[in-house]
Amino acid sequence: MNLGFALGHMMAQASDTASWWKPIQASTHATAVDNLFNFIMYLCFFFFVLIVGAMVYFVVKYRRKGNGPERTSPIKGNHRLEIVWSVIPTILLVIIFAWGFKDWLAIAVVPNNAMEVRVTGQKWNWTFTYPKEGIVSSDLVVPAGQPVKLVMTSSDVLHSFYIPDYRVKRDVVPGRYTVLWFEPSEPGVHQIYCTEYCGTSHSQMLSKVKVLDSAKYEEWIANGGEEGGASAVPLADKGQKLYEARGCVACHSNDGSQKVGPTWKGLYAAQRKFADGTSTTADENYLRQSILVPGSQVVAGYANVMPSYQGQLNDKQIESIIEYIKTLK
Amino acid sequence: MESNRNNAPQSAHAATAGGAEPNYINAHKGIWSWMTTVDHKRLGLMYLVGVLSFFAVGGIFALLVRTQLLGPIFKGASGKQEWLFSGDTYNKLFTLHGAVMVFLVIIPSIPASLGNFFLPLMLGAKDVAFPKLNLMSFYVYILGGAFLLFSIATGAIDTGWTFYTPYSTTTSASVISAVTGVFILGFSSILTGVNFIVTIHKMRAPGLTWTRLPLFVWAQYATSLIQVLATPVLAITLMLLAIEKTMGVGIFDPKLGGDPVLFQHFFWFYSHPAVYIMILPAFGVISEIITVNSRKQIFGYKAIAMSSVAIAVIGFLVWGHHMFTSGQSELASAVFSFLTFAVAVPTAIKVFSWVATMYGGSIRLNSAMWYGLAFLFLFTIGGLTGLFLGTLSVDIHLHDTYFVVAHFHYVMMGGTMTAFVGALHHWWPKMTGRMLNEFWGKISCFFVFTGFNLTFFSQFLLGTKGMPRRYATYLPEFQTWHQLSTLGSYLLGLGFFITLCYMIQSLISGAKAPRNPWGARSLEWETDSPPIEHNFHVQPVVKHGPYEFPEIDHSMSTGGGH
Repeated sequence: MNLGFALGHMMAQASDTASWWKPIQASTHATAVDNLFNFIMYLCFFFFVLIVGAMVYFVVKYRRKGNGPERTSPIKGNHRLEIVWSVIPTILLVIIFAWGFKDWLAIAVVPNNAMEVRVTGQKWNWTFTYPKEGIVSSDLVVPAGQPVKLVMTSSDVLHSFYIPDYRVKRDVVPGRYTVLWFEPSEPGVHQIYCTEYCGTSHSQMLSKVKVLDSAKYEEWIANGGEEGGASAVPLADKGQKLYEARGCVACHSNDGSQKVGPTWKGLYAAQRKFADGTSTTADENYLRQSILVPGSQVVAGYANVMPSYQGQLNDKQIESIIEYIKTLK
Repeated sequence: MESNRNNAPQSAHAATAGGAEPNYINAHKGIWSWMTTVDHKRLGLMYLVGVLSFFAVGGIFALLVRTQLLGPIFKGASGKQEWLFSGDTYNKLFTLHGAVMVFLVIIPSIPASLGNFFLPLMLGAKDVAFPKLNLMSFYVYILGGAFLLFSIATGAIDTGWTFYTPYSTTTSASVISAVTGVFILGFSSILTGVNFIVTIHKMRAPGLTWTRLPLFVWAQYATSLIQVLATPVLAITLMLLAIEKTMGVGIFDPKLGGDPVLFQHFFWFYSHPAVYIMILPAFGVISEIITVNSRKQIFGYKAIAMSSVAIAVIGFLVWGHHMFTSGQSELASAVFSFLTFAVAVPTAIKVFSWVATMYGGSIRLNSAMWYGLAFLFLFTIGGLTGLFLGTLSVDIHLHDTYFVVAHFHYVMMGGTMTAFVGALHHWWPKMTGRMLNEFWGKISCFFVFTGFNLTFFSQFLLGTKGMPRRYATYLPEFQTWHQLSTLGSYLLGLGFFITLCYMIQSLISGAKAPRNPWGARSLEWETDSPPIEHNFHVQPVVKHGPYEFPEIDHSMSTGGGH
C-alpha cells in the first residue's frame, strides 16, 4: 500500500513529458489521476502475478505424468483461505473507490474563481464563445494557471469533450448544459477530441487548447481573438486555418477529391447546379449564403446535411474563408 | 411437459440391438425432421451452426475494421496514400461487428447452443421442460437475425451497437429494421431463459440435489434469471426508439422535448446485466473444464455457485458506471461506482477458486484445458482492468477510449469466446461422436492466445495515451500500436481458421469418441456419444456429486481444508 503510494509518486515526478504510453500531465487534475492509475496498476500487477503465477506453478507441478491414474487431494475448500481472499480484495476495493471518489470530487466541483467559456459541439467541430468579450473562436485559448470552466452544449447529437493531457472528459448533450473545469499548468498546445460517436467525421472532430501566458492571453483578447495582431496575417491564411479548425475539412476537400460535400477546388466563380434545377455562379454572396443557410442552395448530387454556421462564424471569419476558397484554383 | 418415466421397456429392447442403435442425429432423416424437431440436442446443434456462422461474419467485419486502422497506407485513385474506407463505411463496419457479435454470437453462444444441448443431459432429463417453446425460440432467433441481415443489405446501420439517441433517430432508416431484429432476438433470449429455469427446477433426476448440480447448470440458472428479468427493458427501450423515429413522439430527442440521457439509462439497464448473460455461462464452462481435467473436487463449490447468483443480482445495479461522464448526477455516479466494486468481489472469489482447484490435482493438458488456462490468463486481465474503469476519477480519463475497447474484449472475447471454444473442445466428442485433433487444437490455441494479446494489449496502451474509440482515422502518434494490434488480429483470425479446419476434419474422419473420453462424472457422459434420441435408456439416479473422481484419495491430508 505504502509502496504503491511511493511508486506512484515517483512515476508522477518522472513523467512530466509524454511517455510512450501516457499523455503528458498538463493540468492540476492530471497528477492526481495518474497517481491513482499507478496505484491500481501496481495492485493489478501484484494480483496478476499471484493468480497466473499460481496457475502456471500448479500446472507444472501437478500435471499428469504417466498414463495410470494418479492420486489427487480430496480437498474441497478451506474456509479460512476463502475468507482471506474475500476480505482482502474487499478492503482494497473500498480503498480504490474512496480514493477515486475523493479525486473525482475535485474534478466535479468548479472553483469560484474560474473563468467561463461556452462550448458548442456540432457535427463535426467545436465552437468556443467567450461570453464577456463576445469572442467566437475555433480553438480554446486560455491563460496558464487560471481555472477554466466550460459550459457545454450540443446543437445536434451527443458529443464528448476530451483533453487527454488534462485527464478531463465530459459528454456534450443537446438540450442541456454540462460543465467541465481544469487548470492548465503551463503555456502549451493540447489536443481536444470528440469521444462520443457522432457519425461520418467523428474522428475529425478535433480541436486544440492553446494555453498562453497571461500577457499573451490579454493581447489575444484585446485583438478580438487574433494572435499576434489582427492585420498581420493575410485573410486567406486565416481562412485556411478556419477550414481545418472548424471542421470544413471533414466534408469539403481542397484538392478536388470526393467527400460528403462538394470540393472547394475551383469553386469560386464556377457555375453551380442545384438540386431543384436552378443554377448560379459561385460568387461571394453565394458562398456566404451557403455557410449561413446551407439548406437554401443544395448542389445537385449532394445531401442536405450541412449545419448552419449562423452565430458561429463572425463576418471577418466568413470573409477569411471566402478569400481562402478564392485561392483554391 | 412430456413424461420421461415410461421409456424403460423400449430402451431395454434398443440396448440389445448393440452398436446399430440410432442416435439423435440419424434417428430421423431429412431436412423436415430437423426443421420441426423439438429435440433439445438438435436445436442446440442448429443454434451452434447459426452462432458459428455469425461469428465468422462478425469476425470478418472485425478484420476489415482492423485493416482500416493500419493507417493511411493504401494507394488511392490520386496515387496518394489514403485510408482504406471512408468514414461512413468504417462506421457501418464497426457497428455491424458489434451488433452481430453481441446480439447474434455472444449472447446466444453458450446458453443457446451448449446450454440447450447439455442442460437436460446434465439433469438426467429427456428434454427441456417446454420442447416446443424451445423450437419456437430458435425460429425467433433466426427471424431476428434475418432482420439484422436485412438492415445490412438495405444500407446498413452506423449507430454503433448501442443505438445512442439522438444520433440513432436522425440517421438512416435501416435503424428501424435493426432494432426490430434486436427486439425479436430478445424474445428468443427470454423464452430460452424461462425454459431453462423451469427445466432446472422441475426436471432434475432423482438424487440430483441443488448441491449436486454441475456448476455449468448453476451458471445457466443465474444467466436465465437475468435474461428473463433484463431483456424486456431492452425491448421496451428499442420500441420507444422506433416510436420516436417513426412517429416523432418525443422521448429521447431533446428537439421533441425528450431526454437523450434517459435512453442511456434504459439501454444500460439491460446491457450491463447482458454482460453477465455473456460471461456467467463461460464461468460455468470453466468450472467444468478445470475440474474434470484436474481430477479433483472443485474448490469451494458453494462459493462458486452462490457467487454466480450474487453477480446476477448485483449486476442489475451497476449500469450507471457506463455513464460517469454522461451528465448523470454526481450522487448517482458515486453509488454506481461503489456497487461496481461490490460486484468485483464474487468475481475475484471465482478466479481464486479455479486456481486453487488445480492444487494437488493430476492435471491433464488436453486442448480444452489449454483453452481453460488461456481463459484464466485473459479473464484475469479483463477483470483487473475493470478496476481502472470502475474508479470515478480514472474513468473520466479512460472512458470511451481504446482502454474500454481492450477491457471488454478481454472479458467478452478473451473470456466468453475462449471459454466457448474450450467448451466446444470439451464436449465435441459427446455432440458429434468424434474426437478432435489434439495437436492442432493446441496449435490453434497458441495462435488465438498470442494473437489476442497482441491485438488487445496494444489497445490498453492506446487508450491510456488518449486514443478515442470508434475513430475511422487517427493522429500519426497512434499508428505503431494500431499496426501491432492489426497484426495480432490476423494471428487471431488464423487461429480460429485452424480450429474450423480440424473441426471439419473431425466430422469427416475423426476417431470415434467413447462415451466418456475425459472420465467426467456428470450425467451427460453416461449416455452414448453422440447421445441416443431420448438421452437415457433408464432414468438415471444420482448418488454422488458432479466432481467425485475415482482418483481422489480420501486418505490424503487436506491441510486444514474440508
